[in-house]
Amino acid sequence: MFSNILIYFVVIPLVMMLGLALCRNIKQIRAVAVTGSVALTALSVWLLIDYLALRAAGATEPMLWVDSWSWFAPLNIHLAVGVDGISIAMLILTGIILITGSFASWEIPQPKEFFLWLILLSTGVYGFFISIDLFTMFMFYEVALIPMYLLIGVWGSGNKNYSAMKLTLMLMGGSAFLMLGLIGIYYHSAPEGQQLTWNILEISENAAISLGWQKFLFPMTFVGFGVLGAMFPFHTWSPDGHASAPTAVSMLHAGVLMKLGGYGCFRVAIYLMPQAANELAWIFLILTGISVVYGAFSACVQNDLKYINAYSSVSHCGLVLFAILMLNTTAMTGAIMQMLSHGLMTALFFALIGMIYGRTHTRDIREMGGMMQILPYLSVCYVIAGMASLGLPGLSGFVAEMTIFVGSFEHSDLFHRIFVIVACSSIVTTAVYILRVVGKLLYGPVYDQHHMSLTDAKWWERLSTATLIVSVAAIGFFPNFFIDLIKFTFSPDIFKVIGLN
Amino acid sequence: MDYSQFLALKQEIGLLIVFLLVFLTDTFAGKKSAKAVPYIACIWMLAQTAFGFWIAAEPATSAFAGMYVTSPVIVAIKNILNVGVLIVLIQSLKWANSEFTAVRRGEFYELILLTLFGMYLMISSRHFLMFIIGLETASLPLCALVAFDKHRYESHEAAIKYILTAVFSSAILLMGLSFVYGLSGTLYYHGIAAALHGNLGVMLAVALAFVMAGFGFKLSLVPFHLWTADVYQGAPTSVTAYLSVISKGSAAFAFLVVLTQVFGVFYSAAWEWMLYALIILTITVGNLFAIRQTNMKRFLAFSSISQAGYIMLAIVGNNGMGVSALMFYVLVYIFSNLAAFGVIGAIENATGKVNMTDYNGLYKTNPRLAVTMMLAMFSLAGIPPFAGFFSKFFVFTSTLSGTNSAALYVLVLIALINTIISLYYYLLVVKAMFINDSDQPLATFRSACSERLGMWVCVAGIIGLGIVSYFYDYLLTVVA
Repeated sequence: MFSNILIYFVVIPLVMMLGLALCRNIKQIRAVAVTGSVALTALSVWLLIDYLALRAAGATEPMLWVDSWSWFAPLNIHLAVGVDGISIAMLILTGIILITGSFASWEIPQPKEFFLWLILLSTGVYGFFISIDLFTMFMFYEVALIPMYLLIGVWGSGNKNYSAMKLTLMLMGGSAFLMLGLIGIYYHSAPEGQQLTWNILEISENAAISLGWQKFLFPMTFVGFGVLGAMFPFHTWSPDGHASAPTAVSMLHAGVLMKLGGYGCFRVAIYLMPQAANELAWIFLILTGISVVYGAFSACVQNDLKYINAYSSVSHCGLVLFAILMLNTTAMTGAIMQMLSHGLMTALFFALIGMIYGRTHTRDIREMGGMMQILPYLSVCYVIAGMASLGLPGLSGFVAEMTIFVGSFEHSDLFHRIFVIVACSSIVTTAVYILRVVGKLLYGPVYDQHHMSLTDAKWWERLSTATLIVSVAAIGFFPNFFIDLIKFTFSPDIFKVIGLN
Repeated sequence: MDYSQFLALKQEIGLLIVFLLVFLTDTFAGKKSAKAVPYIACIWMLAQTAFGFWIAAEPATSAFAGMYVTSPVIVAIKNILNVGVLIVLIQSLKWANSEFTAVRRGEFYELILLTLFGMYLMISSRHFLMFIIGLETASLPLCALVAFDKHRYESHEAAIKYILTAVFSSAILLMGLSFVYGLSGTLYYHGIAAALHGNLGVMLAVALAFVMAGFGFKLSLVPFHLWTADVYQGAPTSVTAYLSVISKGSAAFAFLVVLTQVFGVFYSAAWEWMLYALIILTITVGNLFAIRQTNMKRFLAFSSISQAGYIMLAIVGNNGMGVSALMFYVLVYIFSNLAAFGVIGAIENATGKVNMTDYNGLYKTNPRLAVTMMLAMFSLAGIPPFAGFFSKFFVFTSTLSGTNSAALYVLVLIALINTIISLYYYLLVVKAMFINDSDQPLATFRSACSERLGMWVCVAGIIGLGIVSYFYDYLLTVVA
């Protein structure tokens, strides 16, 4: 079991939790958190290099490092692992955000409990991305959700009790639909008389789910994951949850956890039930289209920095689901890039907001101004994050959204194309709310003279933001590298099944 | 008469010996040595549990012309109950030796063992006469147990409510059974099944409804649940714990046996739909009422009502997977609920407080108790990686096994949505302990060794039962 490298993505967090439990002071806790997350990131980078080498050497399987260990034999449940380019991209994203999140929560109260929950959450996230067995995948998915309740409830701010409960219940509500969908998939996973299976690769190979059942199970799973992907009208947990969460949790949640939704929609709903995806895509295109446009407009009228960014997340994550539903290679590539791009960008935003809030004790943009004079480093970072968000070439947002819109417009159907045009309008709206914040918050006269005494970023804050900016720029400057990584995955037979490219 | 057939009753005989030993020690022990009675009861119960595992693999046999049967499945469910009873006995050690209960601590252990004996008979019987004897043996001592806290008014009230309900439900059940007897001319399970030929007349439908109602009272299914909250609140915590897990678990298994073996042929014609309606009502109403509770014992009463609904989900699928899913669910439920009651009992013994608001800020003063309670709540709510997640999952899979029935998919969806409602109120407890601040948090105290031992066992079960696949696999192989 331990000869497979992937299992260490779960083992390392568990060891970290054990280490944290033994820690006696804050220095040890920081050391464990940083060492562990650096180790995880290093492991995923090493995995990436190895993956590219294997692909270059001609490996053509859909997943590499595939392995499975029997767990509940009578139900054919396995602990099955395997990764492709998309999973590896997500693993790297998780690692980076975990490191920067650890730095961003350098001075959190009750650090031991905080990091224990945070690492439990990331155990779930890592487990989810490496699993290819529906049962274990679902289990890790729920493991990733529940720590949120206490992380927001104990360490959050504002209306934290309400937000924590709302977020937990809505996400768990999604997983109720999801669980029914997954059990349904299991019972139709193989032709009559053959061994039923939870393994994604085997299910997709069997292609035994009849169209009638697909039409029932596809919405179940898509909505189940879509709730976490902030799909309209199930997005309302996102603004409240993100606004109340402590910095690192907002970062991890918007940066990584929301990606679980998009990843799950792709890996389970669309990958296993392509025909239904093709037939029912229009419903969800409308919903995600609303997410994209409505999220952007909502962000324009908010005054709380976190709410602005949360609605912006709804818009950007809606774009991920929107692109996935286009069912073609280019749009899906864009979706994956958007996941990475949004993950890093929004983590940067939330880190900066947390740092600003920690100094000014307000997040209301009406009560702040002229930050560029007071906190030049943080302000410049904020501008960079904003530029990435509104799609400035050279940063990650541009390549991702460009690919999505070009890919989506490839769809020959008129209905789809109209929706692409509608969704495109969000680019303009994005520019409006980003520039509004930049103008009010960073430039102009200093609103509150007490703010003049604030000090700029500390070293751990600089390290945290700089890492994220470098990552955002890396995607913007070297998109080919990522596209290559992702494109290997998109030769799945699913597109042949539905007669698309 | 062939006396060797008594050998089939190994577990019952073992339990009777345990009972007699406790009884004799209690009767003849001096004032000082009487303190040891609870410990003696625990040790002998441990021996009885071990004995059950020792004979776990013995082949199926029957006695008394087929009125009594035993098989690996039956031994397995009895073993599960034994484990639960053992934990309850250990958890109540401190309470039993406390000021008010010390004079009659022996009775507590004797009565518990007697009810367990009745449950053994209920599970093993294949003849309704034997079944009713078992049922009454299980119910009547429980009434005495509910009234155990003589000095408390609520305890009396609860006992009256419990005994009236128990008698009433027995009467309804007997009424139904007499109809069945009139139709079939026999009280043997298999005899009835053979005599009825699968013809569902009005008479039989009414009889089935009566039987369902009778069991509904025992299992506190909605709309037969009204006694539950008051009894759970009024009874001493140890008795409530016993009532909520052991009594419920044994009744659920007996219900399964009666429905499948006696009325098996009427599955799709009658009881699938009756049970369907009962499940939806039970889970939903139980959950909705639990939300508003402020007393922890009442709270767990409503939570246990909705949990009973989930147990019934394992029956409604009517397949072999359901039997093992039910047993596994009961096993996990025993550990989760007893962990919760362990914490409630420890806090009640130390401070006398049982309200949810008293738990505010518990994590700051008693972190271990708070964490135990949190694990119990997560397990009851079905959060992975705790055992409750697995047991719920297996129940759902068993309901949908081998069926394409849209109605059952809807049922599971309703049950799943209800898990979210239940998560809400379980999280309220977690919120009270971890998030809420309190001006007067409970003082830090050290719980007794026995209480801690009980909680450690429960926590080990909550964490281990699901992740270690052995237990579920074992139950499946036993059933197969």
